[in-house]
Amino acid sequence: MDLEIFWFCLIGVLWGGYFVLEGFDFGVGILLPVLPRDERERSTMLQTIGPVWDGNEVWLVVAGGATFAAFPIWYATMFSGFYLALLLVLVFLIVRVVSFEWREKSEDPRWLTTWRWANTVGSIGAPFVWGVALANLVHGVPLDSDGNYSGNILDLFDAYTVLAGLATVALFALHGATFLALRTTGDLCARAAALARRLSIPVAILLGGVLAWTVAVGVDRNDKDVFPPVLPAGLGVAALVLTVILVMRRRSGWAFVATAVATALWVATIFTTLYPRVLVSHPSFSNSLTISGAAAAHYALSVITVVAAIFVPVVLLYQGWTYHVFRARLGGEPPAGEPVEGLEPRAAGSATG
Amino acid sequence: MTPYAVTTVDLARAQFATTSIYHFIFVPLTLGLAPLVAIMQTTWYRTGVDAWLRLTRFFGTLLLINFAIGVATGLVQEFQFGMNWSVYSKFVGGVFGAPLAIEGLAAFFLEATFLGLWIFGWDRLSPRLHLATIWIVTLGTWLSAYFILVANSWMQHPVGYKMVDGEAQLTDVWALLSNEFALRAYLHVLLVGLTTGSIVVLGVSCWHLLRGRNVDLFRRSAALALIVAVPVTLINLTVGNRFGEAVTQAQAMKIAAAEALWDTQQPAGFSMFQIGGFSADDPDPSFSITIPRLLSYMAAGSFDAKVEGINQLQAQEQKQYGKGNYIPNVEVVYWSIRVMAYLGVAMLLVAGVGAWLYRRRRLEKARWYLWTAIVATAFPFIAATAGWVLTEMGRQPWIVQGLLKTSQANSPNVSNATIGASLGVFVVLYVVLGVVDFVLMRRYARLDPPPLRQETGAAPVPSY
Repeated sequence: MDLEIFWFCLIGVLWGGYFVLEGFDFGVGILLPVLPRDERERSTMLQTIGPVWDGNEVWLVVAGGATFAAFPIWYATMFSGFYLALLLVLVFLIVRVVSFEWREKSEDPRWLTTWRWANTVGSIGAPFVWGVALANLVHGVPLDSDGNYSGNILDLFDAYTVLAGLATVALFALHGATFLALRTTGDLCARAAALARRLSIPVAILLGGVLAWTVAVGVDRNDKDVFPPVLPAGLGVAALVLTVILVMRRRSGWAFVATAVATALWVATIFTTLYPRVLVSHPSFSNSLTISGAAAAHYALSVITVVAAIFVPVVLLYQGWTYHVFRARLGGEPPAGEPVEGLEPRAAGSATG
Repeated sequence: MTPYAVTTVDLARAQFATTSIYHFIFVPLTLGLAPLVAIMQTTWYRTGVDAWLRLTRFFGTLLLINFAIGVATGLVQEFQFGMNWSVYSKFVGGVFGAPLAIEGLAAFFLEATFLGLWIFGWDRLSPRLHLATIWIVTLGTWLSAYFILVANSWMQHPVGYKMVDGEAQLTDVWALLSNEFALRAYLHVLLVGLTTGSIVVLGVSCWHLLRGRNVDLFRRSAALALIVAVPVTLINLTVGNRFGEAVTQAQAMKIAAAEALWDTQQPAGFSMFQIGGFSADDPDPSFSITIPRLLSYMAAGSFDAKVEGINQLQAQEQKQYGKGNYIPNVEVVYWSIRVMAYLGVAMLLVAGVGAWLYRRRRLEKARWYLWTAIVATAFPFIAATAGWVLTEMGRQPWIVQGLLKTSQANSPNVSNATIGASLGVFVVLYVVLGVVDFVLMRRYARLDPPPLRQETGAAPVPSY
């Protein structure tokens, strides 16, 4: 396969990985104000994502780095064009990152409340802006004949892109609920499952609508036929229907798989609709950036292809293993991460859980 | 244009300087503290002495607080190239992007994932496997630094590329990865990291020794810090010096400016301190202390070598690149190299005296020394900042040496107001984060290390 197209797909995969993985830890943050009854439950919720959120965020770092390396012109145009939106994302993500580390550093109730809200605001704000930004790739932004963004921040927001942002936040809330139903025990688990049941139908309708609208936007603005974009969009709708069925039947494991698949297909729909361009220009469609027009030269692409071929599988292996290590349901036990007195350093203890 | 007009490029540079310097406060501490914590845990694993486990936990907490901000501020760095410097990004992306992408895939995934395993894995992994995770975190941070320095060094000394239609394209990845400038810079930065980690561990330990609590514990960590600090500060003076030779070859103007050497000299003396002499109109300092022949040795490895002056280099560059001013801010780079080097020597002295006191079993009684070591925790951060000011400001007016000027590299469609707003946001956010982080670090650095706890509770239920 053409390396340029391979990297377009790989960047789609990296964004998909980012949305699927960070999606549920955003979801946990979104649900912090509504789900838990007390401080202990809040801690349990944050503990479910504690070991993994940082590794999840790296998917974004790598998606950014890969775009820079494989499509310098796409990276330069998108990042300078979406300037204030990305500034917002950075603020949301920074505030959220420190909220994880700092929240537990004091028992003071005001301190705890501050960082809890910081986490929630970051967890809602970042996916909203990402949803808006990715929708804009297809929906089109004003580019001049040099390929520079010539609009302002308000040009990024219209009915379709805002709805795409909201749908992304709603999807992550549901994804977080199915994750918590899988990873906690007792009352908290029951409430997470109940919330997933209540959220599933509205989210399915909202995201289903956005998926259909994305296909229509592709036809209207990106010179696409209905097929192939309708394929991932249709599968996405199917995954959403399946999600509704599975959460109603209380199959927590499969329900989480279904929300993960729906998330991946949301990203897949955007990238399929975007192909063969990387950033649509509107109103002057001819200024759109194409895959081949934005790509780095062949040699650089072959170098990073070799690196990706080695390291992507390795990363998947050790991140998968991490999820396996932390597969234990949480709730009621003392905080993890405390060493045990009398632990024999040389003894080959077995992994618990 | 009035002298006070602020250009978009000025604002973009101010933002890059602010966010990079801030980011690099956290990076060297992570680079150095990770292996020290790993050594502490290894010692515990090998000897079973509880004190080492308590120290691992204690300094591990400091590592975590620090790592979180390093990650958050690192993301800003990655986004900023595209946001503020879109012309630069298009120009260099075909070369510079590759090491950044490789860093993410090969190194950053590793450190972030395994740090999560280390923090939360104490009772989930076997002790041997758990020990491996902190070493893998160390490996990840060191690899990460390598790829970032490969990228930065390409801006100082471009290799392995060709120009096609006004954009740089990679032609030889091995030349890029084995750029001599990058290898020397990498070695220097690793030693800077180890210096920072060990000087911080030393200062924190001395604070506890001064208080007279947990003396047995913190004498151990002080000893470990000294064992690391003495050789690395000593070696780094030599490595830094040799790195200077590589800089002289690639960027003669940077060294001439850093020495305020206006005219070529053979042999050239090293100015220890001077007043005035920092502009072409006023090339002779009104007061200076100079060591004869030392600059010749430092810049070229021989006491008789010729060192080219700013005026001659300016003439050469004009001939090569056309009319223009190719002289960086002489006063800033002159002082930044001295701040860096003098603090480097000061840290060697702190480490050396500490080791001598420790050998004579007088460390915890020498209160003057304990105070000195506490104050010295600021030194590595100031020295590292000065080093980057030298590296980046000494390269001006180039953003990529000899290929692209900073004044032509910014995003043409981003206004002063936009960059001004974002600079304001980052300054406010970073000041708040910095204050909170400092308060937290100080509080946790002063706490008694936690006693070891007995595990309670039922076995957890797996979720699948």
